[in-house]
Amino acid sequence: MRVTKSWDDILFQIIVTIFLLGILAIVVVPLWRVFISSVTPLNYLDPKTFGLWLAPWKWSVEAYKQLLSHPSFIRATINSTIITVGGTLINMLLTVPFAYALSNRSLPGRRFFITLVMIPFLFSAGLIPTYLVVQKFGLIDSYWAVILPGGINIYNTLVMKSFFEGLPEELKEVARLDGANELQVLIYVILPLSLPILLTIALFYAVGHWNEFFNAILYLNDAKLQPLPVLLRNILLAANINEYVEYDAFSSASVQAIKAASVFLTMLPMVIIYPLIQRYFTKGTLLGGVKE
Amino acid sequence: MVAITKTRTAPTLIVRGQQKLSKLTRTIIKYRWLYFLMLPGLIYFILFRYLPLWNAQIAFKDFKPLLGVWGSPFAGFKHFLTFFNSYYFSQLITNTLFFSLMKLVLGLPVAVILALSLYESMFRFLRKLVQTISYMPHFLSWVIMFGILLAMLSPGEGLINEIIKAAGGKSISFLTSPAWFRVVIIGSDIWKETGWGTIIYLASLMSIDPTLFEAAAVDGASRLQRIWHISLPGILSTIVVVTLLRLGNVLDAGFQQLFVLYSLPVYSVGDILDTWVYRQGILEFQFSLATAVGLFKGVIGLTLVVFANRLAKRLARTGLY
Repeated sequence: MRVTKSWDDILFQIIVTIFLLGILAIVVVPLWRVFISSVTPLNYLDPKTFGLWLAPWKWSVEAYKQLLSHPSFIRATINSTIITVGGTLINMLLTVPFAYALSNRSLPGRRFFITLVMIPFLFSAGLIPTYLVVQKFGLIDSYWAVILPGGINIYNTLVMKSFFEGLPEELKEVARLDGANELQVLIYVILPLSLPILLTIALFYAVGHWNEFFNAILYLNDAKLQPLPVLLRNILLAANINEYVEYDAFSSASVQAIKAASVFLTMLPMVIIYPLIQRYFTKGTLLGGVKE
Repeated sequence: MVAITKTRTAPTLIVRGQQKLSKLTRTIIKYRWLYFLMLPGLIYFILFRYLPLWNAQIAFKDFKPLLGVWGSPFAGFKHFLTFFNSYYFSQLITNTLFFSLMKLVLGLPVAVILALSLYESMFRFLRKLVQTISYMPHFLSWVIMFGILLAMLSPGEGLINEIIKAAGGKSISFLTSPAWFRVVIIGSDIWKETGWGTIIYLASLMSIDPTLFEAAAVDGASRLQRIWHISLPGILSTIVVVTLLRLGNVLDAGFQQLFVLYSLPVYSVGDILDTWVYRQGILEFQFSLATAVGLFKGVIGLTLVVFANRLAKRLARTGLY
C-alpha cells in the first residue's frame, strides 16, 4: 500500500501523527488530572502547573488510605462486586443457552421465538411498567432488583446467536451421532470454540453491572445495599464530605483528593480488565453480528 | 418434565403410544433438550419483557396501586392529552432532539476523521496506543464522567477554569449555566464515545480492496485524493447505516448522562423525555401520566427504527435486523 515516499506522504504522515497525538492528549489529560489530584497532599500550593504535574516523591496516598479504610466505601465495593459477579453469571446462564437454542435452524417454532425476542427489542414499554413488575415481585431493596430486569440483553443475544450460527454444523452432527444431547453439544463442542465471543459479551455485561447507577437509585433505597457509583455520586455532590467520609479539619487529605481518589478507585477495575479483552473486540467480533 | 422422564426410562411406551400422542407432543419430546435450554430465557422474557408490556395499559387508565393494573378505572387518552397540552411538551421534545442530533452531527465527522487517521498512520505503536486509550472512556459510567468533568470544569478548582483565571478571565459555571450546559453534554458525549465509534469505520476501511490503493498510487493519485476517491466512498455505506440507525433512536438523547449531570438551574435546557418520565413517575407518583409519555416515546421510536432500517436496507443493503 505504501508504495512511494514523496514529500507529500511525509507531510501527510506528520499531520496525521500530530492529530493522533492531539486526540491522545485530549483523552489522557482529564484522566491524568484526576490522578494527580488524588495524590496531592493537603495544603499543597500548586506552583502554576495547573495540577498536571507533581513530583512522585511528593505524592500522598492519604486519600486512598482514608477511603479504603472507611466502612461505607468498603461496603459499597462489596455490593458492587456481588452485583457484578452474580449479575454477570446470571446473564451468561440465561443468554448462552437461549442464544444457542435460537441458533439451531431445525428448532420447530424458531420464527415464533425470534419474533418473541424482536418485539421487545424494537418496542420498549418504558420505565414505569418495568418498575411495577419489580415492585410486584417484592424485589425492591434486594440485589435481584438490579440483576433480574436486565437478565438478557437482546442485542448481546442476537450477536451470540449469529456467532453460533457461523460454527460448522458438522461438528455438532458428529457429537449428536455419538449420542450427545444438546446440552452436551453446547458444553463440549460449542463453548470451547466460542471463547472470544463469550469473553466479550461477559465483559459487556460486567461493565454494565459495575457501572450500575440508575437501577440502584431506582430500586435500592437501603443505604447498606448501595453500589459504588451511588456512593461516588454522593461523595462528588457533597459540599461537606463529613456526611460520607470521616473527614475533619485535622485530616491529612483534602476534600479534592478524596473526591478524585474515589473516582480513580471506581474506575480502576475497568481500566485493568479492559485491555486484557480488547483484542477480541477489535477484531470485529461484534460487527455484522445482528443481521439475519 | 414428567412426560420426558417417563419416555426416557420406558422407551417401549412411546412406541406403543405413538399414534395417540399429538404431533406437537412428539416434536417437543424430540427437541426436548433445546426447549429445556430455552426455558429460563423464555421465563425471563415473559416476566421482565412481556409483563411490562401488559402493565403499559395503565397509560389508558387512572392507575391506583390498590386496585392493580387490571382493576384501575379506564381513562382513555386523558393522560396523553394532558401531556400534549402541557407547557413541557415542546420543551422536552426540543431538548431531546437537540441533544440527539447535535451529538450525531458533531460526533460523526470526528469519528470518521479519527478512523481515517488511524488507518493511514504508518506508526503501528501509535495506532495501537491511540486505539487502546480512546476506546476506554466508553467503559466508564456517567458517574465517573461526572467526577472527571468536575476535575476539568468546576468553578473552584477545575483545570479549564484555572487556566481561564490564570489568563485573567472570570471562572465559568459550566455545569449550572444553561448555555454552557448544552456544550458540556455534547462535548462530554463526544469525548466518551468517539474512540469506540471508530471501530465500525476501521473494520469497514480494512475491508476495502488494497489493490485499489495500489492502482491509484501507480496512476499518481495523492494521499488525499486516495482518501477522497477510495477510502471515503468505501465506508460511505457504513456511515449511512450508522446515521440512519442513530436517527431511528433519536428520542434516546442519553438518559444516564443527563440524569447524572443535570440539576435544577439547567432543567430548562437539560430536561429530556426520559428524565421527565422518571421525575413524574417515580418522584411524583404520576404512574399513568409517566407511562403514557413512555408509551408515546416507544411508539414514535418503533416507527422511526422500522423506517430507518428499511431505508438502510434499501440504500446500503444492510440493517439492524
